[in-house]
This record gives sequence, C-alpha cells and structure tokens, in this order.
Amino acid sequence: MIVNRKSLTFWEKLYVPAIIGGLKVTLRHAYNTLILKKVVTMEYPEQKWAVPTDYRGAPYLVKDQDGNTKCVSCQLCEFVCPPKAIKIIPPGPAGQLADRSNAEKMPAEFEINMLRCIFCGFCQEVCPEEAIFLQKDYSLTGTSREEMIYNKEKLLALGGTVGGVQKWKHKLEEAKAQESFPVKP
Amino acid sequence: MDWYFIIFSVVKIALVIGVLHAIAAYAVLAERKISAWIQDRVGPNRVAPPFVKYIPVLGPILTRWGIFQPLADGLKFMLKEDFTPAGVRKMYFWLAPALAIIPSMLVIAVIPFGSQMGHQKMVIADLNVGILYTFGIVSLGVYGIVLAGYAANSKYPFLGGIRSSAQMISYEISMGMSVIPVFLIAGNLNLSQVITWQTTHGWLVMYAPLSFIIFIVASFAETNRTPFDLPEAETELVGGYHTEYSSMKFALFFLAEYSNMTATAGMMVTLFFGGWTLPFCGLDQPATSLGIGLAQILIFLVKICVLLTVFIWVRWMFPRFRYDQLMDLGWRRFVPLALVNILITAVWLWIRS
Repeated sequence: MIVNRKSLTFWEKLYVPAIIGGLKVTLRHAYNTLILKKVVTMEYPEQKWAVPTDYRGAPYLVKDQDGNTKCVSCQLCEFVCPPKAIKIIPPGPAGQLADRSNAEKMPAEFEINMLRCIFCGFCQEVCPEEAIFLQKDYSLTGTSREEMIYNKEKLLALGGTVGGVQKWKHKLEEAKAQESFPVKP
Repeated sequence: MDWYFIIFSVVKIALVIGVLHAIAAYAVLAERKISAWIQDRVGPNRVAPPFVKYIPVLGPILTRWGIFQPLADGLKFMLKEDFTPAGVRKMYFWLAPALAIIPSMLVIAVIPFGSQMGHQKMVIADLNVGILYTFGIVSLGVYGIVLAGYAANSKYPFLGGIRSSAQMISYEISMGMSVIPVFLIAGNLNLSQVITWQTTHGWLVMYAPLSFIIFIVASFAETNRTPFDLPEAETELVGGYHTEYSSMKFALFFLAEYSNMTATAGMMVTLFFGGWTLPFCGLDQPATSLGIGLAQILIFLVKICVLLTVFIWVRWMFPRFRYDQLMDLGWRRFVPLALVNILITAVWLWIRS
C-alpha cells in the first residue's frame, strides 16, 4: 500500500500550529497535575494499591480455629517446591506430638527461604491439610540472608487463622465442575 | 586601578558566580519538577536533612517542593567515584569539563544585573563592546564539548562532539546576526546603554520581535536544549559527549549546561526585556537607595527565572529534530531570515531619519 504524504501548507511549515498545539497539551497536563491535583502516580510507601483477592503473595502457615498448628509435617510441599525454598524438619519417632488431637505430628521446624520462594502456589495446591496459603504480602525486606529465612514461629504468626479442613470438599466441587466443564456447545 | 576597585570587583565576581551556580542548581530542580507536572507526575519530594522534619508546618512543605534535592544531588556527585576510563587522552579528558564551564561563567561578566548600589555599578565589567565579548566567549563553549567527545576515545561521545561542533557553529551565525538589528536600533554595543535606551523607548522585543524569535531558537541550539539536543541525545548516543564522564567532571558539564542557560537568559533579558528595569514606580532609573537597588536586582532575577521556565517548558514539549532538519533550519531558514531582518531594520531606520 502506498500512502501519499500530504505536503504541508505554508502555515504548517512555520511549525506554528505544532508549537501552539504542544504548548496547549503541556499546559493542560501541568494544570491538571499542579492545580487540580490529578496525579496518576502513587506515592508508594505511604499509599499502597489494594491487593486483589486470590493474589499470590508470600506463603505462610496458618492455624486452625483453636489456635493449633494445622501442618502435619507430611513434607509434600517440600517435595513439590520448584526452587526448594521449603525445608521441614519432622519431629522424629520420639518427637513432640501434634498440638491438635486429630493429627499425629507436627513439624519440629518449618522454614521458607523467602529469597528462593517464587510465590508459585504449588505448596498451597498440594497441601492436604490446608495448612499453608499464599497471602497478600508482596514486599518482604530484610537486612541479611538469614533474616529472610522465615521459621515456623514467624510463619505461623504472619499466617493468621483459617479454621477447618475443607480440602476434600473443595476437591469434590472442582471434580463436579470438571464434569460440566465445556458448559454448552 | 586602585585597591578599592579590585576589592569591589572581587566581591561582585564572588556574589555573581555564587548566585549563578545557585540558580543553575535550582534550575535542575525546576527542570525535574516541571517535567513531572507535564507528565502527570509529582517530581522530587522526599529528600530532606534530618532536622527538617522537626520544623512545624514549613518543614514538610519544603520537603514536598524538593527544596533540598540540589543539596543531595551535589553531595552525590562529590561522593561518587571519579572514574577515568582506559584509553582516554588524559589531559584533554581533564581539560574538557573546565573548558565547558568557564565560558558560561565569563559571559555573565558583562551583563548588568542591577543599576547601582552606593557608587558601585551592578555589572562586573561595563565593556563598550559587551556584545562582541559575549559572542567571542560563547563560541569557546563548543571547545569543551568537542574536546570531551574527542578525548573520551569512545564512539558515542565522538558522535556527540561532531554533532555539537557543526550545530553550535551553524547557530552561532544566526544568533550573531539576529542581534544586529537590536544594536542598529539602540545605537550602542554597551549593554548598559542598551538598557538605558530601553527605559526611554520601551522594550526592544517590541521593535525587533523577529530578532527575539531567532535569538531564542538559536540559544536553544547553543545550550544544547531540546529540540536541538543532538549532542547529548540520550536515546541515540547514550549520553552524548559526556558518556564517559562520572562524578564531579560530569557535574561540571551538567552545571555548564544550566549556567549557559542562565547566562543566555540574562542576555535575552538585557537585550529584549529591559534588563533590571520595570517601566513603572521609578524602577527604570538608576537606584538612589539600597532598597531600590536590591529590588532592581530582584527584578532581573525574576525575569531570568521566567525565561528559564520557558526553556524548561519547551524542552518537555518538543521532539528532537533530525540532524539534516537541524542544519536545514539553521542555514536555509534562520540565516536568510536574520539577513532580511537586518535589511528591513536598516531600511526602516534610514526612512525614519
């Protein structure tokens, strides 16, 4: 396709319309920002964007409604973790018992190296006990590498409470949804 | 030549260069703030020395305006590593920043920045050939840039240096010819006399508007500002002629650009906008009291600041010219236009006499 370039008129060749147009545009923007305060940027540490639901931030361990550790130290998350950020030390045969009645054990230590973690959500996906969730924190900072390895205590404190184990209910719902997945042809 | 003269000259030089550098530093802040407003941003609003937050109302406001940003910038430049790349020509590499900044400081010497305080005229050197001196010195500004481009032994600075030498020499001509009508009308090369002429006849921008347009466009080119910032075109040449410079040497180039802008704005104020005068309240006569003397200096500074704002505003408005367009505009538009301008002014003056 050949596009014919229109030759400029004398007035346009003087650059005058372009200059006036430019002046108008820049003045309008400066007026909007300076006088009307229509700033499109966000001043980050003071103003923060609203984190959407289902956002995949940092993974934290959660407690159940009685304040007990939900993790049963099955180590599935440790196996599935692609960057090997999770390290679990199980209690061992003579170790501490779980602090809730319907579980056998809980981890002696549970560490997530937040420098390695890629926030992929596989740990949340694989956990049979619904004990680990990707939450809304996205800006983790520390002054040393050691500080960025979050231990069990810290993870539980940051995670908060999610009561009840409903994994199988959710799985059932997902399976049912699969049957009618291509909704209608 | 007595001690009295020497002492007062030294004081004036120190004050003028101090004020010039302060204006240059805050022009950088203005540049950042105005560009931010034009681009719907906020601009620098964080930096403040620790004690400022204890000042009640005023402290946060000053911080929001970024008043302390130039201090932080200066400190940063001084603390950065001064790196000399391998393979540079050391002597020229060290000489270039000095050659860039010296002319910008020398130009300000002939510009009258006020009428008088006591018996001292508020101009460092009241030369009879002020404007010739100015153009002589301004031409030297290109050497710093060309040397920087040559000495750095790198392709991008070299291209920046080449572009700048051609550009500055081209626009020097139209700039020089654009002010000839001004002196034809005013009848004197002494800048103080030009201002005196303007107090009785009105600002010269009304007599020679075409001269003003050519002068301001040429001064954009002379100070390497957009739309003529080809020597330092960031998008094409990394940083242009100062790519290889760091720390204080880079800061000197940076300061030179803004000092040049300030000096050119001072020239424009003197030539076209009546210098330190305002046509009412008796502010157009040489000062008799200290207060009026200071007020006239303030008027001069305000006029400079307005012109600097125009410089900055224009920078964030226009895209850059292509190199051939730049040369075309310089040689085939502005040089003939300046010549016609001289002719018309001369004929008009001849008819009137």
